[in-house]
Amino acid sequence: MSVLLNSASRVAVQGFTGKEGTFHSEQMIDYGTNIVGGIVPGKGGQKHLGKPVFNTVADSVLQEGVDTTIIFVPPRFAADAIMESADAGVKVIVCITEGIPVQDMVKVKAYLKNRDVRLVGPNCPGIITPGEAKLGIMPGFIHRKGSIGIVSRSGTLTYEAVDQVTKANMGQSTCIGIGGDPIVGTTTKEAVELLMMDPETEGIIMIGEIGGGMEAEAAHWIKAHKTKPVVGFIAGQTAPKGRTMGHAGAIIGGDDDTAEAKMRILEECGIYVVKSPAHIGRTMKEVLAS
Amino acid sequence: MNLHEYQGKEILASYGVKIQKGKIATTVEEAVAAYGDIVEDSGNDVVVVKAQIHAGGRGKGGGVKLAKNEKELREHAGNILGMMLKTPQTPGGIEGPGKLVRKILIAEDSYAPDFDACKEYYVSILMDRERRQNVVIYSTEGGMNIEEVAEATPHLVFKEYIDPTLGMLPFQSRKIAFNLGLSGSAFKDMVKFITNLYKAFVGSDASLFEINPCLKSANDEIIAVDTKVSLDDNALFRHPDLAVMRDVLEEDPTEVEAKEYGLNYVNLDGNVGCMVNGAGLAMATMDIIKLSGGAPANFLDVGGTADAARVESAFRIILKDPAVKAILINIFGGIVRCDRVAQGIVDAYKSMGNIRVPIIVRLQGTNAEIAKKLIDESGLEVRSAILLQEAADLVSEVLA
Repeated sequence: MSVLLNSASRVAVQGFTGKEGTFHSEQMIDYGTNIVGGIVPGKGGQKHLGKPVFNTVADSVLQEGVDTTIIFVPPRFAADAIMESADAGVKVIVCITEGIPVQDMVKVKAYLKNRDVRLVGPNCPGIITPGEAKLGIMPGFIHRKGSIGIVSRSGTLTYEAVDQVTKANMGQSTCIGIGGDPIVGTTTKEAVELLMMDPETEGIIMIGEIGGGMEAEAAHWIKAHKTKPVVGFIAGQTAPKGRTMGHAGAIIGGDDDTAEAKMRILEECGIYVVKSPAHIGRTMKEVLAS
Repeated sequence: MNLHEYQGKEILASYGVKIQKGKIATTVEEAVAAYGDIVEDSGNDVVVVKAQIHAGGRGKGGGVKLAKNEKELREHAGNILGMMLKTPQTPGGIEGPGKLVRKILIAEDSYAPDFDACKEYYVSILMDRERRQNVVIYSTEGGMNIEEVAEATPHLVFKEYIDPTLGMLPFQSRKIAFNLGLSGSAFKDMVKFITNLYKAFVGSDASLFEINPCLKSANDEIIAVDTKVSLDDNALFRHPDLAVMRDVLEEDPTEVEAKEYGLNYVNLDGNVGCMVNGAGLAMATMDIIKLSGGAPANFLDVGGTADAARVESAFRIILKDPAVKAILINIFGGIVRCDRVAQGIVDAYKSMGNIRVPIIVRLQGTNAEIAKKLIDESGLEVRSAILLQEAADLVSEVLA
């Protein structure tokens, strides 16, 4: 078991033939991801990396039974690409694209509201279920199959956590990079919820950062529903108010947005909070051993 | 991207929102010419001289003055143009150095002819992250700090959430105007004001519109007297006409330069510079610096390609800050190979000749061991680490 993604997922890549799409598709295929094709409007009927290219997501669903898509199209076309996948009946959509206008994402969220679909991202590294499939841009080799689920708003900081977990002789069940934008498809709470229900996950690492209320929302849910330990870290303890720290969503607006306030809420909700990002793996190990 | 008051008003006016009319001036002579035009247009000798900088609270710092005649106008324009305006929102606050005023807005007196018949309101529009939809926040208590109003009298601050697929509906703009206690022609004008304001917000891909005060004038017109507008940088590709409104003189010069190199840099007050790939890891690295007894001098995300040219420009940017006592480079090589980054660091170091502060390099991920060896054998004054904790310990060591 794992969440969102496994070796049976039938994946199509939107923006398949572009530079990013091509590079990461090769990496994903090497990892064992079941990529069955790609979508590039106007290039339908061609082959790329030995897989069929379709004009529309609907065609890929009809002909290849695609249930999962990953999006590498430029920001100005990305919102449309997400909605196209949702309309075609795709169940899991990962959007890697960074820089989508916020008002486009407001519309996307409204569009997805009553549909049976899960969007992860945008502006995220994707999802990986080690040993089964990789749907994203993360380096596969740092992962190891195991029982720690990871949820994070960041890319390289997630890799850091993964690496610490692996080096502490543990492994990962599924890692979900939810993305660094102000509006994301899957919230911290929703990702934690999936991992909490997953029988293969024994512990959860939740990595947040300044800005927004997603970590607090997740923490309150954890307090009420916790069946396994959660280790938390919040990046940006030294970030100034009102400045965007790289991620469009990493900006302190009010007092509840600070790393300090979030860490306090996490602690109050029974999460093992680490102050140093160097202690994430070690703390998970200690918590599971105790 | 933040805009000046006068630029925000230009956007509003283009959507049919009534604004306090004014003209921009960069010299006293231009101000006098603008004064003549405005007096002729309004039939009123009184104007307001408003400093145009990217910060609120301008009135508190002496950046907004009433001029009753041309003599007063010359005096105020002369004083305000070129002044270092200190407000609670300029860097360092009122104790800080302030911001240089390069432009002034000469604006009509919207409160004429009967100040006491006017009433100030507050209206803003922004995207609510938790609800994932736009919200209009408004209050009968205009002209004041809305956070203080919300604290003291929360029942006087209203919110109206807008359906993203339908936009603002007629009943919503009516509700807003009723809740503000308006009637008659002022009511009708407010409905129109709010409707057009929302169109302007969506049409310009704004992230914030704040109209404070939003004035009901003596003749029952609704007018935007002051505006604070921020636009979504990610949407500027749709708005070339708005993109050119960026005033780089209002931004930190080092941050502007960093952006030209493709680096995401934010200048901070500390003593340890850092260079990191990825925004989350960059924030985490700043946290490590603090936990190691230092304070971060910056946020810097070098992005995906950490080659020699990029590393060198990052070094130059960081070293512009004289407070920097050490530099921590933290790269997690996934797709980027650590040995390539290490070579980039060595090359950049050699090309720069002499770097005045100790450097700690932590490279982890693809080819991390080869990268460490490369650094260690380079003969340069660079300390290397693989684990994040080792890097933290090295920061403590060089600061001690």
